[in-house]
Amino acid sequence: MIGTALATLVSHWRRKPGQLATLVIGLSLATALWTSVQAINAEARASYDQASAALGGGSVISLTAPEGRIHRSVWAQLRRDGWDASPRIEGELVLADTVFALIGVEPLSASTSQAMVGGGEGVGPAFLTAPGVLLAAPETVEGLAAHQADLPPVQASAQLPRGQVLTDIATAARLLDRGDQIDQIVINPDAREGLTPLAVLAPQLDRVETTDTGEVSRLTGSFHLNLSAFGFLSFAVGLFIVYAAVGLAFEQRRSTLRTLRALGTPVRVIVASLLIEAFAFALVAGAVGVLLGYGVASALLPDVAATLRGLYGASVSGELSVRPDWWLSGFAIAILGALGATAQSVRRAATMPLLASGQMRAWALASTRRYLLQAGIALALFALAALIPQLASGVLAGFALLASLLLGAAIGLPALLAGVLNIATRLVRGAVAEWFLADTRQQLPGLSMALMALMLALAANIGVGTMVSSFRLTFEGWLDQRLAAELYVTTRDDAQSDAVRDFLEARADAVLPIWSADSDIAGQPGEVFGVVDHATYRENWPLITARPDAWDQIAAGEGVLVNEQSWRRAGLALGEPVSLGEGATLPLVGVYSDYGNPNAQAILGLDGLVDRYAGTVSRLRYGVRVDPDEAQALTEALRAQFDLPADGVIDQASVKAFSLSVFERTFAVTGALNVLTLSVAAFAMFASLTTLASMRLPQLAPVWALGLTAAHLARLELLRAGVLAVLTWLAALPVGLVLAWALLAVVNVEAFGWRLPLHLFPMDWLRLAALAILAALIAALLPARALVRKPPREFLQIFAQER
Amino acid sequence: MLIEVDGLEKAYGQGAERQPVLRGVSLGLEPGASLAVTGESGSGKSTLLHLIGLLDTPDAGEIRLKGETVTGLDDAGRALRRRHQVGLVFQQFNLVPSLTVEGNLALQARLAGQHDAEWIDTLADRLGLAAFRQRYPEQLSGGQQQRVAVGRALAARPALLLADEPTGNLDEETSDQVLDLMLELCADAGAGLIMATHSRIAADRLSRRVHLTGGRLS
Ligand SMILES: Nc1ncnc2c1ncn2[C@@H]1O[C@H](COP(=O)(O)OP(=O)(O)OP(=O)(O)O)[C@@H](O)[C@H]1O
Ligand SMILES: [Mg+2]
Repeated sequence: MIGTALATLVSHWRRKPGQLATLVIGLSLATALWTSVQAINAEARASYDQASAALGGGSVISLTAPEGRIHRSVWAQLRRDGWDASPRIEGELVLADTVFALIGVEPLSASTSQAMVGGGEGVGPAFLTAPGVLLAAPETVEGLAAHQADLPPVQASAQLPRGQVLTDIATAARLLDRGDQIDQIVINPDAREGLTPLAVLAPQLDRVETTDTGEVSRLTGSFHLNLSAFGFLSFAVGLFIVYAAVGLAFEQRRSTLRTLRALGTPVRVIVASLLIEAFAFALVAGAVGVLLGYGVASALLPDVAATLRGLYGASVSGELSVRPDWWLSGFAIAILGALGATAQSVRRAATMPLLASGQMRAWALASTRRYLLQAGIALALFALAALIPQLASGVLAGFALLASLLLGAAIGLPALLAGVLNIATRLVRGAVAEWFLADTRQQLPGLSMALMALMLALAANIGVGTMVSSFRLTFEGWLDQRLAAELYVTTRDDAQSDAVRDFLEARADAVLPIWSADSDIAGQPGEVFGVVDHATYRENWPLITARPDAWDQIAAGEGVLVNEQSWRRAGLALGEPVSLGEGATLPLVGVYSDYGNPNAQAILGLDGLVDRYAGTVSRLRYGVRVDPDEAQALTEALRAQFDLPADGVIDQASVKAFSLSVFERTFAVTGALNVLTLSVAAFAMFASLTTLASMRLPQLAPVWALGLTAAHLARLELLRAGVLAVLTWLAALPVGLVLAWALLAVVNVEAFGWRLPLHLFPMDWLRLAALAILAALIAALLPARALVRKPPREFLQIFAQER
Repeated sequence: MLIEVDGLEKAYGQGAERQPVLRGVSLGLEPGASLAVTGESGSGKSTLLHLIGLLDTPDAGEIRLKGETVTGLDDAGRALRRRHQVGLVFQQFNLVPSLTVEGNLALQARLAGQHDAEWIDTLADRLGLAAFRQRYPEQLSGGQQQRVAVGRALAARPALLLADEPTGNLDEETSDQVLDLMLELCADAGAGLIMATHSRIAADRLSRRVHLTGGRLS
């Protein structure tokens, strides 16, 4: 019996393949967007786990020799004694007049050394399987190729910073002519139990233990939450389509359901059939969606990996692996979505009175009461959104705010549109205009799902777009301020540091030490920097708030500047004492913005730093002011004179370019999701209009009979789609701006600790309006064309048929 | 007795708007017999048929189907008996638009687990539907659709055929044909027939006739 009932219900789809396609595509798209985000998150999570597993809970020991080089045999000895150790060579590969930083690692033990490569870049499997190959950033590959030197094959890897070349240890030793000397041994301290202590095995080597990867997953948490929220929003937009398609199918099958009941099919069989059908849809759409999601995620992952590395120094593989976490979650959300969208139909089928009219009702009836109710719910949600920041804090509260804002806006939209149409009806004159408005109003319930989806997509687009553009504008300005020096030099040790400083004093306009020490700042672990009194700082430093004499006080050692995130976290006021560890305090004289840094930071006068943190000051870095035209020559002179580390000299331009490219890539991901969401909304619009068109003939036939041509009617249909798109865009505008504000002023502060100023970009809004209108027109075009081509016979049939 | 109806009462609406439609209707039908229910529009013919067809429940009174009291059965119990015992022909045909003629003909028999391809063939032939078996309802005329509805109601070999103004939408000639067929097939299958109709001519073709006024039979 259930087979017959199911077959009868399913036969509907054979007659309406377009509707079936809408449903499956909608569910697939929703699942795909969700799955892609889950896949990216899962990949990142796996990378973090792998890294922290390889590093024994986030710490790594590196051994270096005071005299500079270590003999290979020391490493071999450590391996023999059971230590998980990996050797590393760093040096300069000089080809003609260009210098490349060459790093050699030992691929087999590279899990440990990976984390140390150039500060955390993953190496990727290609490297492990191909010894004797040089890996470099694509730009660097070009640079290498320019020198027709006798080099091993070179392979591009987007994961390496420019100018750096990575290879296996043997190749590196050969290219650098090192013989059996290595620079460093990296050790995983996880496996130290029961082994002969390093102090006994290699007493001659310096040990440095660093702990840095443990923080990564905490820091990146908000980024992933961000992505998840976006994925969920996309899923919700997609679900609107499914919901609309299922609802329409229910209405169209109402008479069939009633006939089945009348012929003796029990309710439970009908319910079971509908559920089985939904489940089958979920499986098909889930499979398609997971596949699509895999594609989207694979395309986005390299950008995400670059973002995570740039923002947090987290190493994430650029290649996506198929993990049950995300594909199962894809199927789960598809099933959940299908069942959720079907729930109402199932409930109505179960409670449908047997003798009710089988006539298809135009979806829900549009009653004033219903609109008032919707408006009430929307207002309540807005009130909730306004209250949330007062009641709770944290990233989750921020997203709860966004959720109630968006949900409220979506629910309130039909009521708003109905109100606008009501007012318009009172203002216009003329039979056609009045009919047009009344007819539009009548169509609202059928279109409202698609319009809600469109509004969510538009609002998300405006909100995220405003945030991104504000971010970029602020960030560019900030980079100019923060990176005022033309060159940044990092030295190997104090002796080299002094030598470099002397060397530079004679050749540069100014040498600005960037010395630092680890310290608690207002109770949080962080880094304290010492600066000399120089116009570079006075003129450029991006202060958010400061006492007028801030720099004088810094120079006199009587004040401290802190970065925005520690200022916000500790809730400090200017003039308040800031504790700098071990009971020392200095009054706060200013606050500066410090985007991209998750940790606390403070700035003191250089002398103050050296006095306070005497033994622990790292004195290795300098900013160099020099005529930009001479920067290149000075870089080469420095490299020629000193054996500097791989990335020892960085010029301002490339740091800026790199930082900006990281941010561009960050937002390439959100941009792509934005476009996808918008296309899903456009598809929802198309689906609704197409299905509505099939139901609308009875409304159109009388007007046609009264003398409006089909072509005229079709033009009106197009006009209506355009008008509704514009109205929806108008409604989305304030929602999007509030969204942007919430992202910048609430979510960002909670997630990253800094607040960004909101900038407005009206041109972007206009472009979006054009896109929305275009999407609506395209969606309306097919149904309108069908209307024009409809033979008069079909209009006449409406009158012949009993309604 | 195939069907016995005793003191059936039914009212619609609540409180002040309560409107009694049936105020104590009693009737009986032997297997193979046919009964016409006439009455003016709104007199309660459809209501009575819905109650006998177990589509609705009465406020008071009793219905016995083949000696079994079926008033008071739950929804599933009523569905079971509808499936196996009752054939329904509605005024608006109520064919499933997405099934072919053949699919519609076999629908109830399949639901009841009594599908008999030969019997369906016979029905299709006798109803003159053999040429249309692969068509969809929208591709049929009103009379053809009505014949499909009759065939569907008889396909599961019900003990009782209920027809609510089955010829209301048809011209006189077609209506005669459909009626002939219904009577013929019911007689062959030994099924009882209750038919609501406005038409005196149609009512006269049946073995017995009752008139519904003021909620009672006369
Ligand atoms: N679901 C309902 N709710 C309220 N009143 C109803 C309902 N169904 C029927 N009625 C009322 O009950 C009365 C009898 O209706 P019924 O359909 O049984 O009449 P009928 O004899 O079949 O009429 P017709 O010949 O026009 O088909 C009518 O007055 C009708 O308005
Ligand atoms: Mg009736």
